[in-house]
Amino acid sequence: MLLRFLRLKQRQYTLNFKVCVHRLHTGRADRTFSHYDGLYPGHIITTPFQKALLAVGSGVVALQDPYRHDMVAVLGETTGHLVLINLRDRMRNDPEGYTVLTERPKIRLSTLDLEKMASLPDGSFGREYLRFLEDNEVTPDSRAEVKFVDDEELAYVMLRYREVHDLMHTLLGMPTNMLGEVAVKWFEAAQTGLPMCALGALLGPLRLNTRRLQSLFTSLGPWALQNGWQARCVLSIFYERRWDQSLEELRRELKIQPPPVDFTKRRKNGR
Amino acid sequence: MAASMRLLVRQLARLSHRKVTSTVSGVSCRSACCWRTSSGRCFSDAAEDRSTHFGFETVSEAEKAKRVYKVFENVAQKYDVMNDAMSLGIHRLWKDVLLHVMHPQPGARLLDVAGGTGDIAVRFLDYVRYQLERQKRRDTPSGQGSSWQDISDDRRRESSAVVCDINKEMLKMGKQKADRMGVVSGLSWVVGDAEELPFDDDQFDIYTIAFGIRNVTRMDQALQEALRVLKPGGRFMCLEFSKVTNPVLARLYDAYSFQVIPVLGEVIAGDWKSYQYLVESIRKFPNQQEFKGMMEDAGFYCVQHHDLTGGVVALHSGFKL
Repeated sequence: MLLRFLRLKQRQYTLNFKVCVHRLHTGRADRTFSHYDGLYPGHIITTPFQKALLAVGSGVVALQDPYRHDMVAVLGETTGHLVLINLRDRMRNDPEGYTVLTERPKIRLSTLDLEKMASLPDGSFGREYLRFLEDNEVTPDSRAEVKFVDDEELAYVMLRYREVHDLMHTLLGMPTNMLGEVAVKWFEAAQTGLPMCALGALLGPLRLNTRRLQSLFTSLGPWALQNGWQARCVLSIFYERRWDQSLEELRRELKIQPPPVDFTKRRKNGR
Repeated sequence: MAASMRLLVRQLARLSHRKVTSTVSGVSCRSACCWRTSSGRCFSDAAEDRSTHFGFETVSEAEKAKRVYKVFENVAQKYDVMNDAMSLGIHRLWKDVLLHVMHPQPGARLLDVAGGTGDIAVRFLDYVRYQLERQKRRDTPSGQGSSWQDISDDRRRESSAVVCDINKEMLKMGKQKADRMGVVSGLSWVVGDAEELPFDDDQFDIYTIAFGIRNVTRMDQALQEALRVLKPGGRFMCLEFSKVTNPVLARLYDAYSFQVIPVLGEVIAGDWKSYQYLVESIRKFPNQQEFKGMMEDAGFYCVQHHDLTGGVVALHSGFKL
C-alpha cells in the first residue's frame, strides 16, 4: 500500500515536470486550451487537494441532480485510482482483455456499422444493442471524456468502462430508468469495486418508490450482485468483434444469468 | 511509457509545423504592412503577427479575441451563479461601492462596456431613480401633486444606461435577467467591441467597465475609445482584479484562485478550463500603478485608484477634460 502511494507520488512529480517542459514550448493554436493538455487530449492536471475537492463537490451535485452525468463521471475519476489499476491488471492477465488494451477500440457512432447491425438476426448481441439504443433514445457518443485520471492507460480503462456501461444494459436486459440504472450499478459495484459505483448503488435506491424498492431488494438486487461477483471481467471482452454472436451465448460465456424480470415484454405490452 | 513517447513525438511534429507556418505568415504580413500608416488601426493580418497573452499562454492577438469570445459563450449561462460562488457574494459589494463612488445624478447617461449580464447598468438605474425620488420628496411639500413643470423636468432628467458587450450570449442572459427583475425602461443592449465602439463622440457622462478590461486584446485602444465617447467632463470608471500587496493575503488569494476556483467551475458550470483562463488572466493584468499610467497615457486626467478587499479589486477613475 505504502509502495503504491510512493510510486503514485513519484509519477505525479514526473508528470508535473513533463507538463512544465511541454508548457515552455507553447503553442498549438488549433485547440482552445492546448497548453493544458497533460498526458492525453482532455487531461487536466490536478493536485490531490483539488481531486479531493472535486470528489466532494461532484458527489454533492450528482446526488442533488442525477442527470448531471458529468458529475458522476468526475466522481468516478477522482475516487477510482486504485481500482482502475486493479481493473487494468485484470485486463492484462486476460488474453482478450490484453488485446483490448493494446488495440484500444472505441465505441462511437462513427465506428459502428449501424446498417450491418440492423440486419443481424433478432437475439444477436448487435441487434439487441441497437434495439436498446433505439428504445431508450440514447447514443454511444454521449459519454463524458476522461479528464482527471493521471495515467494514459488508466484513462483508457475508465473510458472503456463508460462505453461498456451501455452494453451492460443490453447484457443484463435493464432499461435506463432509475431502477434499471441502480440494478446495473449494483452489478458494476460487485464486478469492479469502483467507489463511485458503490456510492451510486447505496444512494440510488433513495430515489426509488416503494414498489420499485421492493423489486430491487427481493429479486433484481440479489441477482445483480450475484452475477457481478461470478461473471468474467466485462471490460476484457472485445465487444466490437462479437456483434453477430447470440446474446444468450454471450451471457453464458460471461456467466451472466438472464434477468428475473423481463422489461422488454413489459414495454411491448404495458406502455 | 510508449504512450508518452508517442505523445512527445506528436508534440514535436506539431511544434515544428507551427514554426514553419508562422514564419511564412510573418513574412507575408511584414510585406503587406510596410505601406500602411503606423498610427492607424492595424488590420487583422498584423493582429496575427503580434502576440499577446491568453492566461499564461502566448497567442496571436486575433486568436485571443476568438478564444475570449468562446470562453464567455461557454460561461454565460452560469455566469452570475459562479460570480456568487467564487467571491462568496462579495462581488455585489464591489459593484455597490462603484456606484457609491460614482454617485450619479438624475439625467446622467451611462455606458457600461463589457457589461455582460447588466449588473452595473441595473444598479445605476436603481440609484438614480432613488436619487430622483429623494429630490422630489425634498422639493415638493406634502399634499401637493406634481405639476406639468415637474413632469417635463422629470423627462429631461430621465437617465439612461446602455449595456455594450461583444458577446451576444452574455447580453441575452443580461436581458433575460433585467426582464425578470422588471427593469426595462431606460436600458438598452448593444453588441459592440470595446476597441471600436459603435457610438459617436461625446455621448456619455459616465463610462464603466467592470471586470471586463483584462479580457480586451488591446487595452490602450479601449481606453482611447472610452475617451472618445465620453462628453467633456465625463468620468471613466474601471473595476478590475488587481495586485494584492499584503504578502499573507496574496498567498491565500493565489492558493484560493488556482486550487478552488477551477474546481468550482467544473462542479457548478461543468467548465474547468474557462475558469482556469479567468484566474490566469487576472495575474497578467497590470498592477494599480501601471494601469493608472496607461489611463494617463490615453489622455485621462485626475486619475485615482482605490483598493478594495486588500487589493483584490481596484477601482480606477479618470476624467475627460
